[in-house]
Parts: sequence; C-alpha cells; structure tokens
Amino acid sequence: MGMTITEKILARASNKERVDPGEIIIARVDKVMIHDVSGPPALKILEDLGVEKVFDPSRVWVTEDHFVPPPDTKSAKNLIELRRLAAKYGLRKYYRWGVGQYGVCHALCFEEALVAPGEVFIGGDSHTNTAGGIGSFAAGMGHTDIAFILKNGWTWLRVPETLLFKINGKLREHVMAKDLALHIIGEIGASGASYKAMEFKGEGIKNMNLEERLTLCNMTTEAGAKNGIIEPDEKTIQYFKERGVEFKPVCSDEDAEYLEEFSVDASKVEPMVAKPVSPANSSPVSEDEGLEIDRVYIGSCTGGKLFDLRMAARIMKNRRVKIRTEIAPATQSIYLKALNEGLIEIFAKAGAIILPPTCGACFGGHMGVLGEGEICVSTTNRNFPGRMGHRSSKVYLVSPLTAAASAITGRLTNPREFLHG
Amino acid sequence: MKVFRGRVHKFGDDIDTDVIIPGKYLKEFDPKELAKHAMEGVDPEFPRKVGVGDFILAGENFGCGSSREHAPMALHAAGIRIVLAKSFARIFYRNSINGAYLLPIEIDDDIYNSISDGDEVELDLNKMTLRNLTSGGEFALKEIPEIVVEIFEAGGILKWKPKKL
Repeated sequence: MGMTITEKILARASNKERVDPGEIIIARVDKVMIHDVSGPPALKILEDLGVEKVFDPSRVWVTEDHFVPPPDTKSAKNLIELRRLAAKYGLRKYYRWGVGQYGVCHALCFEEALVAPGEVFIGGDSHTNTAGGIGSFAAGMGHTDIAFILKNGWTWLRVPETLLFKINGKLREHVMAKDLALHIIGEIGASGASYKAMEFKGEGIKNMNLEERLTLCNMTTEAGAKNGIIEPDEKTIQYFKERGVEFKPVCSDEDAEYLEEFSVDASKVEPMVAKPVSPANSSPVSEDEGLEIDRVYIGSCTGGKLFDLRMAARIMKNRRVKIRTEIAPATQSIYLKALNEGLIEIFAKAGAIILPPTCGACFGGHMGVLGEGEICVSTTNRNFPGRMGHRSSKVYLVSPLTAAASAITGRLTNPREFLHG
Repeated sequence: MKVFRGRVHKFGDDIDTDVIIPGKYLKEFDPKELAKHAMEGVDPEFPRKVGVGDFILAGENFGCGSSREHAPMALHAAGIRIVLAKSFARIFYRNSINGAYLLPIEIDDDIYNSISDGDEVELDLNKMTLRNLTSGGEFALKEIPEIVVEIFEAGGILKWKPKKL
C-alpha cells in the first residue's frame, strides 16, 4: 500500500520507511515561522529557561504583521521585545515593517519562497496551512509548541488521515479558489476535516495558479484540518527554480490510501458567500444578492495576494466604490507590484483607501475594525462573532471578485455581471 | 492523576478562539489581564461568574479558529482547569496540553445532555469517571491518549522528557 504526500513527507521527517494515520511520530521540522503575536512569548519562554540558542537560526523566519504599524504603545513594546529577542537568538530572516520587505506571514512565505515543496513547516499561526499549496506539510501551532521546536528542532505529531478532493473541470472566469473553498467547507462543515489532511488534485487544480492554490489550502484551517496540501507540478517547480530554491518534489503514490474521497465539478461552482457566524455557513451569492452592506475589506493572507488584487482591479477599473472600501496588499513586495501594474491607481481612483500590509482588521485588531452593527463583505477567512470588531458586527466572506463588485454597488453582488457585459 | 471537583459553565457548539479571547487582546501576554476578558465574545459576565477549579462543558469543535495560546491561558487564569467537550479543535487541544493550562476531555452526547449549567461535577482521572454531584449521574470517560497524559503530568511540553526518541 502506498502513501499520500502528507504521509511521505512525515515519514521522511521521522526517518521511517512508512507512517500510518493515527501513529504518533517524532518529526524533524525544516522551517519555523513566528510573528509579532506568537514570537515574543515563544522566544521569552526560551530566554526564561536559559536556552542560549535555537536549533538552527537559518531555518527560522520572523515577520511583523498583526499589530503593524503599531496602533498603541503596548503593540510597539511587543515589537521592541521581538526585535531584542530575535537579535539575541541570531534570527536574521527578520522582516520588519518600514524597513523593506515584510507583511502577512503566509503571503510573505510565498513571495520570499521561504518554504519549499516537501518540507515540514510549522508556524505560530493557524493559517500556516496556506503553504501546503506549494506541496509542503504546513501546520499551525501555539507559542509553547513553537518554543519547544525552536529549542529542539522537532515536535510530536499524530499522522493525519487524508481526505482527497478531486477537483474536476475548470473554475469559470468569475469564480475563484475562495469560492471553491467555501463550497467545500459548506459541504463538509467547520470541523469536517478536524485533525485530518485535505489533499486537492485534478484538472481544476492543474489549471489554478499557485496563489489560488494557496488560498484553497489557507481555508482548510476553517474545516479544522491539520494541513491542506497540493502536489507540486510544473508550475511549482518553475516558481522555485526561478528563485534558486532546490528541493525534492514529493507526490502521493498511485495506490495511496485515503480516508474518504470527494469529487467536485469546478465548472459548476458559483460565487459563494459564507454568512455569519461560520465559514461553513456558505451558499451561492445569488441567493443573498442585494443584501445591503456597510464596508468592504480586500486583504489578508486569504485575499490580499497579487492575483487577488488583480482580480479586484478588473472590476474596480473606471468605476467608483459606493461604500467604505479598504484594500490591504498582503506584503510590501505585493504592494510594489500592484503599484507598478497600476492597480493601486485603479483602487485610489475608485475611491478606496489603500492600507499598508497588515493583518489589522481581519482579526479585529486595528486599522478599520467594525463598529456596532456594521456589516462587512470581506476577502478574509473568518466570520466568527465579533471577529473584525464589535460583537454585533457581521462579516460575510467572499472572493476578491465578489468583494470588488459589492464595493461598487454597496450590496452583496455576483461579479459575473461586471465581467460578462 | 487526581480528582477534580467544580462547577460547570455550559456552552454550545463551535466556541471559537475569537469569542474565548477577542483578537484585540492578542497584544496582551499577562494571564491576569487576559482572564478579565475570558469568553468575552459569548458572555462578557463570565470572568465574574467563574471560580478557581470550575469546568467548561461544551459541544462540538471547542476552540476552533486561531492558534492563539491566549485562549487556554485566559481560561486557565480565569480559574478553569478542565474542559469537557464533544470534540476539540486541534490547535486548541495541543495548546491546552503543551502549555499544561487545561485538561481537555472528550465526552459523548449523553454526558453533555445530562449536565446543566451550574451543576457541580467530580472528575476522577484514576477511574476515568465523571459524576454529576447535583443530579447524581455517573459516567465512564474515554481514555486520554498516553502522550497527552505524559506531557500534561510533566507540566507541559517544555518540562516533558519523552520516553522514546
């Protein structure tokens, strides 16, 4: 019996011929990420324990993304502390706001090619799953778990069962990976993949660019998955080759065993919306079209990548927004590319505000949080009660195309009419 | 392993980390401060109601969402030691154990339905039983995975000495 890509990566990381779902393994970790929320406490734990060095500083990277630019003195203090501790432990892959490249960790991971296919990547953030889109085993953990890995270079893992999603056909022009993700999570539920791996393959995936694959894997967190994963193909190999990153591609065996298999006809997927208060509470946009909204947010690890901004700009070009619209490119490099391509000008002319790269309002932290009763259509990944601000505010999760169309009309809007005449 | 006794605070399904401790408090790392906002997104009165040693009883997917360790930290600092739930989200589960904040214990529908908000319960980890001291029922619990017990009893993953490597 063969193994899935997840099992093969974990077998290699634990020096075993094979691993089986349910087995507890001791796995080497290839890459570790911390940010300004998980970093300070993780590194402080090491300092308090008297640990003098991390297992391998070259395998650790740090970004400032949650409370940046700092909205208050407490956030600023955390950044000072992060900088002090990163220096102490020799963490040179450190991406700081206002000093060149930095941004939302999962988008930055891709932009800088910090994690390669086949690697075991553990990040101090739940959406670390995103990096599975390039064929790595990527999972999120809390800061104590991260501190342990920083000290030892390994962790304990339960080998997850894998759910296979065969994506047949091709998404239509007005439908994005976000819609496919919301469609799938709506089918299997918010804990439908708890503790499991979600593997995606098929024609619909082959047709997808890498950024869209990242979006799909990013959202696996919202089904409770340990990791989302897509085998590397020519597109993946080309991307890392261009950046001089060497790796050994790992793919699932032909006779790999899956806990369950699902088929999705991508050509039938509609623009989707996840209504409050769960990403699994999804249905086609057409069923709620016309719902009046107050705000639109285009940004985050899910919806602030370059491709996401390009899609939003297609709709916003030569049009004006009707309601408050915020656009946050996910990293400094994405911001610059969007500027060079003229996207920023399109957004500014449309009347939207352009924010610096930040997780900011996505988690209700700062910079555009929602007030009492406000309704936001957002390209982010969570719509829990009060997620983006006040307890009574509401978040509707959509694709960047749907968000842009809704910004123009001031109502929840299917982007099709803007793209097809 | 020992016996825990406390009062139950009952919640429903999908209690996420954003309601356990809202995102705006993530810049805070002091457990006492976090405790003041525990469960704020679902019941702002919770910190005033909870006592040391109390239990949370919840439905499916408790702790879903973020990897923020602030969630089990806040509950621990508020006084909670045991969370009984039909199922747990994976990162919350790991964080509870690896930081030795809370012992998460899976229960079935029958147990969930037999215990009401405010009931006194007694958990015996030696016998793996749960007794409802208010209404009198006694329930057998599922065994906790060995590695989880090992790490929790050690006082968290950083104090844990793995038996095999």
